[in-house]
Amino acid sequence: MFSKKVGVAVAAASSAALWYKTREQHVAGARLPPTRELKYPPGADFPDLKNHHNIMKNHLTPGCYAKLRDVTTPNGFTLDQCIQTGVDNQGHPFIKIVGLTACDEESYETFKDLFYPVIKERHNGYDPEVDTHPIDLNPAHIKGGKLDEKYVLSSRVRTGRAIRGLPHPPVCSRAERREVENIAIAAFQGLSSDLSGQYYSLKTMSEADQDKLIEDHFLFDKPVSPLLTSAGMARDWPDARGIFHNDEKNFLVWVNEEDHLRLISMEKGGDMKSVFARFCKGVNQIEKVVGEIGWEFQKSENLGYILTCPSNCGNGLRCGVHVKLPLLSKDKRFNDILDKLRLQKRGTGGVDTAAVGGTFDISNLDRLGKSEVQLVQEVIDGVNLLVEMEKRLEKRGSIDRLMPK
Amino acid sequence: MPNHNTARYTAEEEYPDLEKHANHMAHCLTKEIYKKMRAVQTPSGFTIDNAIQTGVDNPGHPFIMTVGCVAGDEESYETFADLFDPVIEARHNGYKKSDMHKTDIDPDHLKGGENLDPKYVLSSRVRTGRSIRGLCLPPHCSRAERRKVEQISCEALAKLDGELKGNYYSLKGMTDKQQDQLIEDHFLFDKPVSPLLLASGMARDWPDARGIWHNDKKNFLVWINEEDHLRVISMEKGGNMNAVFKRWCTGLQLVEKHMKESGYEYMWNPHLGYILTCPSNLGTGVRAGVHLKIPKLSQQPKFDEILKKLRLQKRGTGGVDTASTDGTFDISNADRLGFSEVELVQMVIDGVEFMIDLEKKLEKGESIEAEVDGLKQK
Repeated sequence: MFSKKVGVAVAAASSAALWYKTREQHVAGARLPPTRELKYPPGADFPDLKNHHNIMKNHLTPGCYAKLRDVTTPNGFTLDQCIQTGVDNQGHPFIKIVGLTACDEESYETFKDLFYPVIKERHNGYDPEVDTHPIDLNPAHIKGGKLDEKYVLSSRVRTGRAIRGLPHPPVCSRAERREVENIAIAAFQGLSSDLSGQYYSLKTMSEADQDKLIEDHFLFDKPVSPLLTSAGMARDWPDARGIFHNDEKNFLVWVNEEDHLRLISMEKGGDMKSVFARFCKGVNQIEKVVGEIGWEFQKSENLGYILTCPSNCGNGLRCGVHVKLPLLSKDKRFNDILDKLRLQKRGTGGVDTAAVGGTFDISNLDRLGKSEVQLVQEVIDGVNLLVEMEKRLEKRGSIDRLMPK
Repeated sequence: MPNHNTARYTAEEEYPDLEKHANHMAHCLTKEIYKKMRAVQTPSGFTIDNAIQTGVDNPGHPFIMTVGCVAGDEESYETFADLFDPVIEARHNGYKKSDMHKTDIDPDHLKGGENLDPKYVLSSRVRTGRSIRGLCLPPHCSRAERRKVEQISCEALAKLDGELKGNYYSLKGMTDKQQDQLIEDHFLFDKPVSPLLLASGMARDWPDARGIWHNDKKNFLVWINEEDHLRVISMEKGGNMNAVFKRWCTGLQLVEKHMKESGYEYMWNPHLGYILTCPSNLGTGVRAGVHLKIPKLSQQPKFDEILKKLRLQKRGTGGVDTASTDGTFDISNADRLGFSEVELVQMVIDGVEFMIDLEKKLEKGESIEAEVDGLKQK
């Protein structure tokens, strides 16, 4: 079965590779159908972002929009498609959302007049025009990494990957999405030993499988966040969506949710070093097999690994823990401490939730400009410090001397 | 959007999985039809995938057999005729490609309906939609086109006077006070939450170029850029459906007259009548209905059969996606195409009178068997 799938994939891959080469010759800057272009000047289409708070709004000037409105990527995608989520979701003055999605790999370049400044703002001044992004998926470079399990309940590392030549979830066609799934399935069959496992298609899984996946907290559902649905990511649900996990249930891959692939390594407790080691092994093995069947990941020197949301470019890495900090979290300086450590807090239900009972999801803030090893090390060192502070507070001591600079 | 993947994948690879689906589009979209439709697009770039997205994303509705496809512009019905024709035939009782639709908005042709018993008829309402020729429809329009629809509509409405004189309230610019008043009057429409509408892209750029116009008397109301370019609504409390219809006809025709003065007209053709976003609204686009208090009749086992024979449909009083909670139903005409406006409103009037008689009988403990058995299919 593996060879048959590989055979089909190779055939598709070679024609895909040829197609992609031809696409590269297509001039980025193709015009839209004349009817729309001639009738209305760009100004008439400029979105009203007066009440909006997102990074896209900060950089989409009328001049920028006028220049880019009638331009399409080689795959035929437009700026309007990229900004739709930011137009439809006003955002909040306190929470900085990006408001922009990349329709395909080329979006970043075709619409760089908007994407580059957005990336610069979102990633602390990283300038895609001149900076290069470091990649380091060697777990041997991590120092320490065994966190105090009296406080750290679980450890997790996730990233995303996109398949070169296929558009992203906001705009991909059903055939393209299914192609991603086929590639992923072939890649999973190449995983061995502690990573070998099984793929469950969201569409065909049995009720028993579904219940088990829910119990393991592995099942992902149709997105309900308007940030994702207004970008078009939930179309054709649940077609070509699925979940792979290894037999040991500590390495997991989501197929066709917000990105082509989301790769997750996790386990209970605080052994972040082990979590990251397995993460690297899985990510590297999958990349290798994907290459063997004629595909590759979207990647560039200045943007690192390329994903749907500009906030995830670079390594797409979110390395985090569920950690109990009931005393420290009540300290007025908590947010400031996190900021200095380049960490962010979330509720344990994920990005749109609040913390319950003093237990927080603490993870790295940064993505682009730092390597995977750097970010994981920052989380390890940062969480160690937070736990030390919590212990000090338990003993009613002062944490003044422990404050990060 | 152009189908750049067309060359790369076969129709077979692209064809949606409709196995668990139960809507008109799923029943009509064969692989052969999909293959043929995939090779074309309308002049504005609307594709078959755009048209069917709502039906792919929403397998079925618990209360109503949904259509599952929408038009992005006037040309959609022609370009994708291979899909829309059978869907129209299925949804509109066998309406054929060669059939002609009759339009009749002369209120003098309506008989009765002046005083449906207000003990049972809480309110009366007639609505329709209209599209402005030359502009793309809500699933597909650009922000510029949507704003153009708003501008054309407002200019025409501004010319109304007398009983119909009124004001426009842009959803974007209204004050809190205006918003509260509109909510109190039950006029305010909100960003769609129904997945049927969201999946087709109608809520993009909300609330840009959306708004509500109503007359000072608050019984003639126009929604701009909700599910259609315009939704024109006449309503009032109580049972004078005749007056509601008369005001509706007058307002509708005056607005069209004023639009023509500016060089615009409605989308209409002799076969499909008025062209609207959803194929279910083609023809007249008319939904004439009442909020009817029939707690006893609605519990009868043959209630749905009665409605079917009368060519009426029931909804909860919250609108299309709701259920009835207290025996009060929204009762309206089931048809849109193939009957004229007058014919449809007449069916509502006659049907409601009939149901009120049955309810009264049930209140007195009398049997309604004879009436029900003797009821012929309209």
